[in-house]
Amino acid sequence: MDTAQDIENDKIIPFPSPVMIQEDKTIDNKTHLKLRIIKDRLFKYIVIVFSLLSFLPLLLILFHITKNGISVINWSFLTELPKPIGEIGGGIYNSIIGSLMLILLSSIISIPLGISAGIYLAEANKGRLSNIINLCIVVLQGTPSIVIGIITYLWVVAPLGGFSALSGGIALSIMMLPVIIKSTEETLKLIPYHLKEASLALGVPYYKTILKVILPTGISGIMTGILLSVARITGETAPLLFTAFGNQFLNYNIFKPIDSLPYRIFYYAMSPYPEWHGFAWGASFILVVIVLAFNLIARGVSAKWKVQF
Amino acid sequence: MLNWFKRFVFFVCIMTIISLFGFNAYAAEGELIGAGATFPQPLYSKMFDIYFQQNKIKINYQGIGSGGGINQLIKKTVDFGGTDAFMTEKELSEAGSPVLHIPTCLGAVVVTYNLPGNPKLKLTPDVISDIFLGKIKKWNDPKIQEINKDVKLPDLGITVVRRADGSGTTYIFSEYLSKVSKEWKEKMGTGKSLSWPEGFIGQKGNPGVSGYIRQTQGAIGYVELLYALQNNMPFASIKNKSGNFIEPTPKTVSNAAKVKIPADTNVSLTDTDAKDGYPISSFTWLIFYKEQNYGGRTKQRAESLAKLLLWIVKEGQNYVEPLQYSPLPKEASDIAQKIVKSMTYNGKPILN
Amino acid sequence: MVMKSEKDTSEKRFKNIILVSGLSVIILLIAIFLTLLIASIPAIKTFGLGFFISKHWDPSLEKFGALPFLYGTLITSFLALIISIPFSIAISIFLGEYFKDGLLSTFLRSSTEVLAGIPSVIYGLWGLFLLMPITRYIQTLLGTTPYGVGIFTASLILSIMIIPFSASIGREVVSLIPADLKEAAYSLGATRFEVIKNVIIPYARSGIIAGILLAFGRAIGETMAVTMLIGNSNFLPKSIFSPANTMASVIANEFAESTGIAASSLVYIGLVLFLVTTLVNIAGTYVIKKISLEASKEVT
Repeated sequence: MDTAQDIENDKIIPFPSPVMIQEDKTIDNKTHLKLRIIKDRLFKYIVIVFSLLSFLPLLLILFHITKNGISVINWSFLTELPKPIGEIGGGIYNSIIGSLMLILLSSIISIPLGISAGIYLAEANKGRLSNIINLCIVVLQGTPSIVIGIITYLWVVAPLGGFSALSGGIALSIMMLPVIIKSTEETLKLIPYHLKEASLALGVPYYKTILKVILPTGISGIMTGILLSVARITGETAPLLFTAFGNQFLNYNIFKPIDSLPYRIFYYAMSPYPEWHGFAWGASFILVVIVLAFNLIARGVSAKWKVQF
Repeated sequence: MLNWFKRFVFFVCIMTIISLFGFNAYAAEGELIGAGATFPQPLYSKMFDIYFQQNKIKINYQGIGSGGGINQLIKKTVDFGGTDAFMTEKELSEAGSPVLHIPTCLGAVVVTYNLPGNPKLKLTPDVISDIFLGKIKKWNDPKIQEINKDVKLPDLGITVVRRADGSGTTYIFSEYLSKVSKEWKEKMGTGKSLSWPEGFIGQKGNPGVSGYIRQTQGAIGYVELLYALQNNMPFASIKNKSGNFIEPTPKTVSNAAKVKIPADTNVSLTDTDAKDGYPISSFTWLIFYKEQNYGGRTKQRAESLAKLLLWIVKEGQNYVEPLQYSPLPKEASDIAQKIVKSMTYNGKPILN
Repeated sequence: MVMKSEKDTSEKRFKNIILVSGLSVIILLIAIFLTLLIASIPAIKTFGLGFFISKHWDPSLEKFGALPFLYGTLITSFLALIISIPFSIAISIFLGEYFKDGLLSTFLRSSTEVLAGIPSVIYGLWGLFLLMPITRYIQTLLGTTPYGVGIFTASLILSIMIIPFSASIGREVVSLIPADLKEAAYSLGATRFEVIKNVIIPYARSGIIAGILLAFGRAIGETMAVTMLIGNSNFLPKSIFSPANTMASVIANEFAESTGIAASSLVYIGLVLFLVTTLVNIAGTYVIKKISLEASKEVT
């Protein structure tokens, strides 16, 4: 309550403040009131205008992606490989498959680790260790993606002696990890204690209680976290520049370079060919649809499967 | 009884196993990785597309600049690199074991620009050097106007676009200017990356430079001929040693290449003596290790690389001209074949 | 029937697994830091702290100084913040005070969420084809060389990208303000504007600052959109229209092609970037945590 009182003493009481009254001696009270109301209205309109203005870029971006993107999307765009530079036609099939493989790879690495670290944080006693882990998660979440790119290059690409889908997957999994851990922890913490107590009282071992009672109850929250983290990494480009590298052919081998949608957009956007610019818009449209779909599903999951207590 | 968690772990394990071993089955198909110069990239992407159709071998070539190509070869992350500049002594020593160069085609570095109406311009070496030293700042500078009396030049600032990455195109361009301008030689010298004056725009790769120039009125830069042609960008005729203004074409580039080619193919074609030769022409090279047994490479892979390289300097030359590059002279092609045949695996020749 | 000992071992195994997973996060972070440090040792040895005051970045002469990039990063991020602050504060107040729920607020809230979800490379693409011509037009009006790319364009796209972050934190902080405080002010006859000015803003100040801090942390690490729009010039920028480079964009541009001391210098920049974002994020998170703790105390 200290802060609140400070503020009250400083600023609010009394209204209008003595200073104001002194100033206003010459003006009659009605105009003063009017002035205040006008100020109030004016401020409200300014807030509304600024808020709606910030909506403008989104509208423009979505408009341009849709306008420029839809016109290039057709069956062959989705199912063909890129043509040599300067030839008409071709598609981005390799990038779509590449992005899906990268998502799969990074999920395989980060989901089990993330969930079990999340269980640890939710179950461990509040102590120094869990504080440190929490701090590390905050730092990891804020680490710039390009730094993760460098790290993965030094850890995976250089020792393995080549760019690979695997290195891209590892880079992305590092970015997924904090989101999954945080959402798992927060979900599990919300589950009432009596659920656990009931299970333990029935003689169910602790680990089975966690795995069979607590985790299934929190599955919607965990799924939401996973989907959001996937949405986050699907559009990441910077960590892939020196890891997954790009590949104009279809590739299923995780030890070979692989293409991805964001990388292809970058490559096409920086090219001089108008047709490729069109392809960049088309790929952007698909990428945005995928990212938004993950976000929407995540919301749906958390809304539909939410366990009520 | 499997509960959902166990099932999930099981699924994950299966997926890991599939991705580790299952997908590897495709590796036998053969895939080679190359990276480097963007100068010949349109040609390479065409060649490798054809090669894939004929031999079912994928060649993944990424245009990351000559500097990047050399660097990734040294780090052994690629099977071969592409470069428009012969590797320096320092780079060769960093590579550890001997590296071979083979020329693949000839190309021209053209000075391209974006002006209202896109007039054809003529440029002299001095003017080019002054523009890229940042000394000429306006398009209607008397020095440019003087050579182009019939063109009305606008009162527009010049936006110079340079390469941001280590580039063989920059090397060729700066090597030429070092030959023709004393001031350039002292201030800038020759190299894949230079200490450019302030205020220039850096772009990655030939595509990046041409993409930016195409969008920006008043911009000027240097790219390979094909990039200008494919994008309908104008480029300048340049005064050569004999005093003729030469327009870059595959023909004028070939004219510049009528020289004796040394055994390692390290030859500079810039500032040619040929009367009808374009002065900023050059070979572009592929680089690879002579001894192919390194980093656990299989014999099969080494063979597949050698066969590809041989194909590029022989049959592959048929695809050069349609893309406005110039094919290798007979002599250069012969030397290149000899070099490819000198590749070894465990000391034994790979081909024959 | 499960034997007791078997149960115990499973129990132990499970506890060990989750403990190790928890610890792995710490190990991961330490490993990241150490890797960056070790890989940048050659550069640290050669250039020391002078690295940050030298303004020459010249791969051809192997002279490396990071001042232009530090400067470029700071100036783009600050500009982006300044542009974004009025908008993010307006959205915070809009969503936290004027329209707490209802169609308009859901609309605006989801649209900021969508804005936050759009990948960086798409912002870059959009900026390349739609912001660049605008900048070029402004530059022609001002009579400077119409580069199109440069600090101004990069800051503009950055500001659009960070608005959702500072706005969503700001909204939360604004809505955390105890109702009795506001009601007290209203009952004294204050208008809404006066309540916002004298109660909400002072009360939410530290939270808004934390939001801005976190947005700043995002802005300095942002790579793709900036790399595409900043113009790649390794010089100290002269004006806000100059081409420049940020720490992140120089790494994106040069890391793949550099060896030896150049690569090490780039990792050194990466190390600094890592440390700076770490500090900013810890500070921002600390402030937010403190605020939400206080807010929960108010309720009880």
